[in-house]
Amino acid sequence: MSGKTAQSDTQSREGDSLSWLEKRFPPSRRESWARAAKRFLSRPISAAGLAIVGIVIFIAVFAPIVAPHPEHAGAFTDFANSMHPPSLEHPFGTDQSGRDVFSRVLFGYRLSLIMVAVVLGIGVPSGVLFGLVAGYYGGFIETGIMRATDAFLALPPLVMALAITSALEPTITNAMLAIASLWWTWYARLVQNLVASERNEEYVAAAELAGASTPHILFREILPNCLSPILVKVTLDAGFVILIGAGLSFIGVGVQPPQPGLGTMVSDGTTYLPDGWWVSIFPGLAILVVVMGFNMIGDGLRDLFDVEVQQ
Amino acid sequence: MKYYQYLVRRFIGMIVSLAGLSVIIFTVSRVLPGNPARMALGPTASEEQVEEFAAELGLDQPLPVQYLDYLQGLFVGDLGVSLQTRSPVANDILWYLPATLELITLAMVFTIIIGILLGVVAASNKDGYIDNASRLISFIGVSVPGFFIGIILQLVFGYLLQWFPITGRISRGFEEEVTRQTGFMLIDTLLSGHWAAHVDVWMHLILPAFALSMAGIGQIMRITRSSMIDVQRKDYIEAERGLGLPDWLVVYKYTLKNAFIPTLTILGLLYASLLGNAFLIELVFNFPGIASYGVNAVLTNDFNAIVGVTMTIGLAFVISNLVIDLLLGRVDPRIRLSMEEAT
Repeated sequence: MSGKTAQSDTQSREGDSLSWLEKRFPPSRRESWARAAKRFLSRPISAAGLAIVGIVIFIAVFAPIVAPHPEHAGAFTDFANSMHPPSLEHPFGTDQSGRDVFSRVLFGYRLSLIMVAVVLGIGVPSGVLFGLVAGYYGGFIETGIMRATDAFLALPPLVMALAITSALEPTITNAMLAIASLWWTWYARLVQNLVASERNEEYVAAAELAGASTPHILFREILPNCLSPILVKVTLDAGFVILIGAGLSFIGVGVQPPQPGLGTMVSDGTTYLPDGWWVSIFPGLAILVVVMGFNMIGDGLRDLFDVEVQQ
Repeated sequence: MKYYQYLVRRFIGMIVSLAGLSVIIFTVSRVLPGNPARMALGPTASEEQVEEFAAELGLDQPLPVQYLDYLQGLFVGDLGVSLQTRSPVANDILWYLPATLELITLAMVFTIIIGILLGVVAASNKDGYIDNASRLISFIGVSVPGFFIGIILQLVFGYLLQWFPITGRISRGFEEEVTRQTGFMLIDTLLSGHWAAHVDVWMHLILPAFALSMAGIGQIMRITRSSMIDVQRKDYIEAERGLGLPDWLVVYKYTLKNAFIPTLTILGLLYASLLGNAFLIELVFNFPGIASYGVNAVLTNDFNAIVGVTMTIGLAFVISNLVIDLLLGRVDPRIRLSMEEAT
């Protein structure tokens, strides 16, 4: 252990002359990042995906400012203006209570993105942790964790989320928790697989011999080498979470009226088909666009890192 | 590893998954906060009514006893009584399941045929127009919400062109004329010898099945394309071409056959996503299958029915995975080999 501290001492002495930024991101690393970014953006599909997701995040964050009628996001009624077809004033038309569908779609993006952040924010770290532990220790710990994932994966995620949400109150918070509680399984599997092959690499043996602690080996040695497939999966999953969330709210659990859930809006609009097509079609298209954006980014990253990730 | 050893091992794996699934569903339905009895009776019921009803459902027993009761029920196919229809859940499920199986089977057929064909065509015209178009189709296919594609199909082919009926499983007029025997309408109409009704059932199936198959078509197409391209580079394909075998024979017999293994793996996963998406598609098309029944159960807090439906779907999924694994073990001996090495 003393050797290690001495080493880090010399490192910090050398590093004094460099700024924090240069130490953390040496020029060689910055250069390779810049090259990767250039390669990523040179493909029209990935650049388009990045643009779509960027715009959607922007309008979701600034929805109260960007939306022409922010007050229409909630339980607003204006029956005099109900069911107007798309026009300049209401680009996506108005719904049965006279609310501007365009404004509601912008706020719907908000809920969708919050859901993505919560589900992946809980699911990815816990899944990665379980995967690391399972892959590193092997034996009965691995068997136990992997059997648990098997059982979780024996149901389609939508059905599982539906069952969990139905046992609780059908609110959006519970829907998010339900989806998050099954999302870790995919990451546990992915990471376990990666770790199982990294485990026998020489650098792991070297770190073990040098007396590094297990957390250090897991998080500082092995994890960085597994990051690219995880990142690809996270982008692809962002779209998938939006689809599941929309599906749940289409069924009627999850986002509750008058909240502007994209799935809820599509479902409400089906009553007015075919004449009031805009009430369903535009929120549906909105889901398609953002999910496609995430998938395009994921596809680009997959090519960039040259990894295979199953969705 | 001998094939039968592989078979046994896979079978044990399936039992373990099912046991795990039963624990999860039990936990979800009984251990999570939220009182099923209160939910079923609604907020107007008195405290005593709720307690009485909970006792009737066996919810007042200690948890391990409840779990054993529930397991015992699963083994004999007793899933309790639906709080909504007041008939045994198992009967309800048997009543609604054939419709869903019909729908999913047709969707699977669409997925396989269209997906593989498009994949082969895309691989033969790599980086051409067809390949790029197929890439776009697969992007849309995996990104579109199932219910949305259903609504679009209804609008275009139902309302606008009026080629297909929009909702239901069979036209009202025919419903009384066909006696239910197997529950599979396609078979029942044939058994009754009612041709018009048979055609009518097909017409009702095509739109929802196509909507259901969209996501899978994209996936199958991409995976077929990439494995076809891999196999095309192999020496034996070159040799066959050199020997002067016609193109179609090389492509469909020798390349596709070996390129089929990754596709087969995906098909198992696909079945799960079809079951999940069926929940949305059946809702859109007002199709009286098990997913509609399940959604209805969720919306009315029909707790026995929810448990029954989830368990049935889990069972269907685990069995389909087993079948795929067995096929794979048969087609590709390397899989059996790798399993042996892993242990």
